[in-house]
Amino acid sequence: MIDKKIVQHIADLSRLSLSDEETEEFAHQLASILGYVEQLDKVDTSNVEPTALVAPARDPLRQDEPTPSLPPDKLLQNGPKVKNGYFAVPKVINQ
Amino acid sequence: MEFETVIGLEIHAELLTATKIFCGCAPKFGDAPNSHGCPVCLGLPGSLPVLNRRVVDMAIRMGLAVGCEISHNSVFARKNYFYPDLPKGYQISQYDMPLCTNGAIDIEAEGAKRNVRINRIHLEEDAGKLIHDQDADSLFDVNRCGTPLIEIVTEPDLRSGQEAYAYLTAIKQILEYLGICDCNMEEGSLRCDANISIRPKGETKLGTKTELKNMNTFRGVEKALAYEALRQRDAAASGEAIVQQTFRWDPDRNRTVVMRSKEEAHDYRYFPDPDLLPLVVDDAWIRRAAETMPELPARKRARFIADFGVTPYMADVLTLEAAIAKYFEETLAFCKDAKLVANWVMGEVLRFAKEKKISVASLSVTPRRLGALLGLVAEGALSANAAKRAFDIMEMQDKDAAAVVAEEGLTQISDTGELSKIVKDVVAKNPKEVQRYKAGETKLMGFFVGQVMKATGGKGNPREINKLVSELLGQG
Ligand SMILES: [Zn+2]
Repeated sequence: MIDKKIVQHIADLSRLSLSDEETEEFAHQLASILGYVEQLDKVDTSNVEPTALVAPARDPLRQDEPTPSLPPDKLLQNGPKVKNGYFAVPKVINQ
Repeated sequence: MEFETVIGLEIHAELLTATKIFCGCAPKFGDAPNSHGCPVCLGLPGSLPVLNRRVVDMAIRMGLAVGCEISHNSVFARKNYFYPDLPKGYQISQYDMPLCTNGAIDIEAEGAKRNVRINRIHLEEDAGKLIHDQDADSLFDVNRCGTPLIEIVTEPDLRSGQEAYAYLTAIKQILEYLGICDCNMEEGSLRCDANISIRPKGETKLGTKTELKNMNTFRGVEKALAYEALRQRDAAASGEAIVQQTFRWDPDRNRTVVMRSKEEAHDYRYFPDPDLLPLVVDDAWIRRAAETMPELPARKRARFIADFGVTPYMADVLTLEAAIAKYFEETLAFCKDAKLVANWVMGEVLRFAKEKKISVASLSVTPRRLGALLGLVAEGALSANAAKRAFDIMEMQDKDAAAVVAEEGLTQISDTGELSKIVKDVVAKNPKEVQRYKAGETKLMGFFVGQVMKATGGKGNPREINKLVSELLGQG
């Protein structure tokens, strides 16, 4: 069951900060979405192989042959903050 | 109460491919930061990962090498975590349907054998690199993102740090024989995490486990586990509960440091990656992989003992690396005396390679050259000492055995005529010693042999000299 606590947990994992009202609102929305999807639980799937994807295709594979990478300046161009050829991000302590 | 230690290992091995797992960028480190990246590496919208065939091939070979079943269908999953070492916000890994399952290898530690079951081997991508100590910000380099990894996970079958060391060494050896990983723990191409718990002997339920990380050397793994096993016993003895925690090994202080406790543990919310279809591996592919497998260490070791009559210890050393085994076998093509060759490979050859910090394959003394040198030793033309000197010079000056032996005048004098002349000369010059010898002071034999050896400049064949001296003095 989706409650405010779960919403807060998911928000924390995603580094999102939600107001009390938002938490309340999302708990309600998520609960109703999941409740709708949960109708599928009524189907007996005990004799059905788990399905990861519905398309009956095979994964295309690639030969191990290099293709050019982006030039570093191009690669970095969308970075909000760049220093000495690196993306600079707020200091994070080693996990 | 007597306790038993229970250990499970997770080994990450970087695969030696030309490109990353899901894109054509080269997985190179040490190059300029952010010089090996593309939209896939960066997780830009609209980019799609495409799996590298060679990665699958390498993982299948590793699976077969440790007796795993290879799944015909395996699935890639997203492991979600929010940390800036992966721009996508998730790592592509395998979760409930890995490529390889149910393997096992035999190891030996402290004289005891153990069968270690391997739960699974799965494919995943590596994260990028973050530098924390150069700037007020953390700095991110994408180059390592998407480097192909296999993760090899054991069942909790190991019982000590020594066993963990033996298992890790065995896995390293197999990875190297297959040529799929360079296994450098210091540089991170091989990484090892451990789960460890203790339980009263005879108990079958697992105790509360702790996790160990950051063990950057093979011995570090052994030491960290021994340390943690002891810490848990101490805690149990003083009635303290073991808390589920993650520790980091600090090699400078030889102790563990807490990284995080259970409350901070990650919640990865795995789900099948909709960008990748299930990986289908048919029997033909598995058969092809099996057919191209090299001879693996365990089998090579057994063959060396059976075919060449070397001792188990010698066989261990000679099969330690594929390159050493190859060098040994190639030398045998030029000198049939397997024990002589084995002793030299284990002695001079490994010593030189270690001193020069190179593979035996890169020595100037090639198997052909060593074989020729040892041929001279086997036929008595060269003493063991002269051969060692010749080996040094051959290695230093990049020359053949024949050339060095000739230039340095190292050939052993086995010619009885020449030697007997010198023996007679020595006997004639030392009448007093001859008398004492004849009076029963037989230990003077060594004196005469020494004098003759000196006169030959150390090149006389000791066995011949002994024979000649005792013949001459015996005749009296
Ligand atoms: Zn890329």
